[in-house]
Amino acid sequence: MSGRFLSLARLWALLTKETIQMRRDRLTFGMMLGIPLLQLMLFGFAINTDPKELPAALVAPTQDRFTRAMVSALELTGYYRFVAPDATAAEAEAMITRGDVAFVVTVPSDFGRRVARGEAPTILIEADATDPSVASGAVSTLGTVAAEALLRESGGEAAAEDEAARRLSVIVHRRYNPEGITQYNIVPGLLGVILQLTMVMMTAMALTRETERGTMENLLSMPATPLEIMLGKVVPYLAVGAVQVVVVLVAARTLFSIPFVGSLPLLLVGVLVFVLALVILGYLISTVARTQMQAMQLTFFFFLPSLMLSGFMFPFRGMPGWAQTLGEIFPLTHFLRLIRAVMLKGADAATVAGPMAALGLFVLLLSGAALLRFRRTLD
Amino acid sequence: MTLPAISVTGLTKRFGDKTVVNRVTLSVERGEIAGFLGPNGSGKTTTIRMICGLLEPDGGEGRVLGHDIRSERRAINRKVGYMTQRFSFYEDLTIEENLRFVAGLYGMVPVGRIVRDTLADLGLTARRGQLAGDLSGGWKQRLALAACIMHRPDLLLLDEPTAGVDPKARREFWDEIHRLAADGMTVLVSTHYMDEAERCHRINYISFGHLVAQGTVEEVVRDAGLTTLVLTGTNTPQAARRLAGAPGVEQIAPFGNALHVVGRDAAALRASVERVARETGTRAAPADTSLEDVFIKLMNDGTAA
Repeated sequence: MSGRFLSLARLWALLTKETIQMRRDRLTFGMMLGIPLLQLMLFGFAINTDPKELPAALVAPTQDRFTRAMVSALELTGYYRFVAPDATAAEAEAMITRGDVAFVVTVPSDFGRRVARGEAPTILIEADATDPSVASGAVSTLGTVAAEALLRESGGEAAAEDEAARRLSVIVHRRYNPEGITQYNIVPGLLGVILQLTMVMMTAMALTRETERGTMENLLSMPATPLEIMLGKVVPYLAVGAVQVVVVLVAARTLFSIPFVGSLPLLLVGVLVFVLALVILGYLISTVARTQMQAMQLTFFFFLPSLMLSGFMFPFRGMPGWAQTLGEIFPLTHFLRLIRAVMLKGADAATVAGPMAALGLFVLLLSGAALLRFRRTLD
Repeated sequence: MTLPAISVTGLTKRFGDKTVVNRVTLSVERGEIAGFLGPNGSGKTTTIRMICGLLEPDGGEGRVLGHDIRSERRAINRKVGYMTQRFSFYEDLTIEENLRFVAGLYGMVPVGRIVRDTLADLGLTARRGQLAGDLSGGWKQRLALAACIMHRPDLLLLDEPTAGVDPKARREFWDEIHRLAADGMTVLVSTHYMDEAERCHRINYISFGHLVAQGTVEEVVRDAGLTTLVLTGTNTPQAARRLAGAPGVEQIAPFGNALHVVGRDAAALRASVERVARETGTRAAPADTSLEDVFIKLMNDGTAA
């Protein structure tokens, strides 16, 4: 049986050949399975967007009980760790400039006196805000913590509760991730990032390798259709992607205890469409690149902006409108929405129809472009 | 029905503003071994690639085995075997895996038996598990040829098939080519080697993209209109120095103790050679013009043009 565009015998021959080559290239093969694990471990454990126990210096000329109450209240938030509890203003200034401390807390000498007299006391907290995300968590908790600690110290529990009751009460539910664990956000995202890097790069190199080694000339002179060549290149990498998915999902569960509240089949469908888009993108790159080096460069040219603008590293909503629009052109953006919704929020198929459709659209557009770009000749 | 196996007219290919093949007209009869000759970069490979559909011609047209080279590329694909200049099977696949791959692509059944037979014919059954990349040049060439003719093509295109292959392997290779041609296969082979050119039924000489000579070896030699004289003796190096630039002398080539002197103008050449022979005490005698002399002349003409 040999069809006009697709013959199973020819496809089988191509798949066999591709699989053997992949298996024989031990380093690459090892990288395809080792890199995901390595990256997952490294980034999964290392990245923390809500840093705690940041070093702080305390400048307090009169260390009375009010000062101590302040300090211990700050330490209790978990954000501050006073490494220099008795610094002078000059020392503290030098430390924050060098980066030894992230905060300088200054309690003026008349602090205790003003509290005792019932006047409005002030303290100064200087934060090293060169990296805004470092300071934000620590600073945001400050106001209430300081006020309550002081009230408790001067007027006792009852007064503190009275004070709290009089105020407007705002109830905040941190849903899907009540403890604000960064890994809940990072690890599912890492699945997308790992798949993106390995799938796009490996496929981009696969066809370029044929061109570079001169085997393309031979392949083109034999009766294989562009569709068969594309499928022959893409399908083995789908299998590799499947293995990576299993590895990451199992690790997410066992190592990071990431909750999985949604439907696994739904997630797998999403992953399949995403991986398909990636391998076809890789294939498209390999129809443009002449050498493996070029293929690699093109992959990174695509990889970096998609990492930055997809919402993996920085909040998507935090970007200006044009950047969000730009972010929409990366499959990773849609995949992140999908996997976070399904894994953490338990979204159903109807809820993730948007990102799913977007990924499907990528597959269609990219495979059309790849088949058009494919050179049947050496021109 | 004896349509030519290859019949192309006015074939032209440009890369950028460089015309690599310029209006080449070529005809190869069925069952013929056609030699395709010319210096490096003369457009041989490009022409072969256009014939087997790997490059789209910028001008001209042609039919290969009755199929149009532009619109019926797939039909040509199946009936043609193309052996590339550089070994272009998979070096990270074993001999057997390469053959199975080719057999699969051509849809040959049963793959197992065909591959087994091919391995036996090649004498590679014992080494079938060896990586193709580990083979020596001669064995790579045999493997490539075997893979190219496995699907019994009607036309075999060979692009400098014997580069880097030892004389014995070359001899065996050519014996095989003649056997295939005797069975009716048409062969177009590009080469640099004169002895290989002489093993072809007809030769076509291409220079800077132009086809400048074609015919049998005898015809090409005759059409070149060259006269050759051979000087022998002990003082040939001095004779060579004196002949350089003499009227009628176009090529001087030492062959051991003999000196081949070639030129178009027979009378002027004879006069110059006889004068130098007298002066240096060497003997002059007429000889047959060799194909190599003709090619050197064609190459020089090409450079001058």
